[in-house]
Amino acid sequence: MSSELIGVWIGAFLTLGIFSFLYKDNPFYKFSEALFVGVSAGYWFVVTFWQYFLPKLIDNLVLAYTVLTSQGRVDYHWVYLLGGGLGVLMLLRLFPTVGWLSRWSLAFIVGTTAGLQFTRYLESNGIKQVQGTILPLIVGGSLNTTVGNIVIVVGTFCGLIYFFFSKEHKGAFGGAARVGVWFLMITFGALFGYTVMSRMSLLIGRMDYLFQIWLGLY
Amino acid sequence: MDQGHQEEEKSFWEKLLSIDRRIIFLFITVAVAVPLFFRLSLHIAVTPVAEGVYQAVQSLPAGSKVLVSFDYDPGSMPELQPMAEAFFRQAFRNDLKVIIMGLWPQGPLQANMALEEVFKDKDIAAKNLKYGVDYVNLGYTAGNEVVIDRMGHSFEESYPKDAYGTPIGEIPLMRGVRNYDNIDLIFNLSAGYPGTQEWVQYGVDVFHVKLAAGNTAVQAPSMYPYVQTGQLSGVLGGMKGGAEYETLLGIPGRAVRYMFSQAVSHAVICLFIIIGNLAYFSLRRRRKSQMEVQG
Repeated sequence: MSSELIGVWIGAFLTLGIFSFLYKDNPFYKFSEALFVGVSAGYWFVVTFWQYFLPKLIDNLVLAYTVLTSQGRVDYHWVYLLGGGLGVLMLLRLFPTVGWLSRWSLAFIVGTTAGLQFTRYLESNGIKQVQGTILPLIVGGSLNTTVGNIVIVVGTFCGLIYFFFSKEHKGAFGGAARVGVWFLMITFGALFGYTVMSRMSLLIGRMDYLFQIWLGLY
Repeated sequence: MDQGHQEEEKSFWEKLLSIDRRIIFLFITVAVAVPLFFRLSLHIAVTPVAEGVYQAVQSLPAGSKVLVSFDYDPGSMPELQPMAEAFFRQAFRNDLKVIIMGLWPQGPLQANMALEEVFKDKDIAAKNLKYGVDYVNLGYTAGNEVVIDRMGHSFEESYPKDAYGTPIGEIPLMRGVRNYDNIDLIFNLSAGYPGTQEWVQYGVDVFHVKLAAGNTAVQAPSMYPYVQTGQLSGVLGGMKGGAEYETLLGIPGRAVRYMFSQAVSHAVICLFIIIGNLAYFSLRRRRKSQMEVQG
């Protein structure tokens, strides 16, 4: 029996193990689930060691040390000590008496991430999207574009009005908010539809694996 | 309506509302499984967003360099692998040079699987494509969106070596590729973070690269606004997007074949939604009339 065939059988066994939960919880499912969690944890440990710890920290510090000993100068690669130090502080969470020091690492992560993301989100998901809604309501010669533009402008405007809570939703304002709710409901419906499609796709993939690759039925 | 009949009808709707979920699972299983045995190809309507991806690739002259970022893992294979294969077919048919990378550890391995499948195509095999000359796999590197940002300045800083340990300076295809200025198109296959959103934020809006994407269906609705603003050339949304792409290429593959199952399962789900709503409203009406009689 080739290793590929063994892999296919293990894949089929574990797929059926996970599917068995649909009937009810059972040891077969528990085993498959535990194996998945264990393998995932092991996989990510290896990835973290070989892709983060070794190349990003150790290799750079070795380089810095080599430059120091061979050329007698302090190379910029020593800055990686800072990252390594913050990593060590994070591990101090394991020791209750000095665990508070891990907050420094967390503060660094939160601060840099917020700073990095703020400008990017503002431009890509804020300013560009606002620009995208400033559209002509009537486009000569193209009914589709005209209707599309009206839907985008009205939908965005009414959707924003719905989230404006400083004024009571009454009269024309309330009407616009209700239109906004309709747009939101249609959006949620579309999102649900796409989610269903995504989940069905995954099921189709596993079924195809079982019937074609494992059993060879077609 | 006599009391007995009403009792019977009531129990029917109540039974429907309290149906064992395993019966629904069984219906869905049959709806998904049975169509797989039929080689029926449904008519696939091509949307402008999917055509945008096709045209973005098709408009490139032979020899253009395309960067493909594989940002997914085996969990999203049914949706994204057909797109990857279709993209490679189109790129190699048009003699484009393909640079593969991944922001997800398993991404570059998915790329190798797709290449293996595409190389079975006689027309593509006849081109005798060479690794390092016609395509290269840079592998995975850690850093998420920071990698995208860094590559805008220097590819070599993020990827000093390819997936097999060869320094990229020694790879013929990578000579002259310093940053995004030397890339004609980026195609991103994404199943989450980091993915298309990060490519838009850090690649398109900072370095003004041309980007097309293929996404899981869950993610796709969040990406459509980027097409409308011109930040993305096009999006392939889920399995349907893959099927559209295969249709445009004229090579119906797995995504087109899967669409029959997809359609039947959706029909069954819609049916259950309708039945559930009918049962719910019928019971609500009955309870309301009972309360009126009592009160």
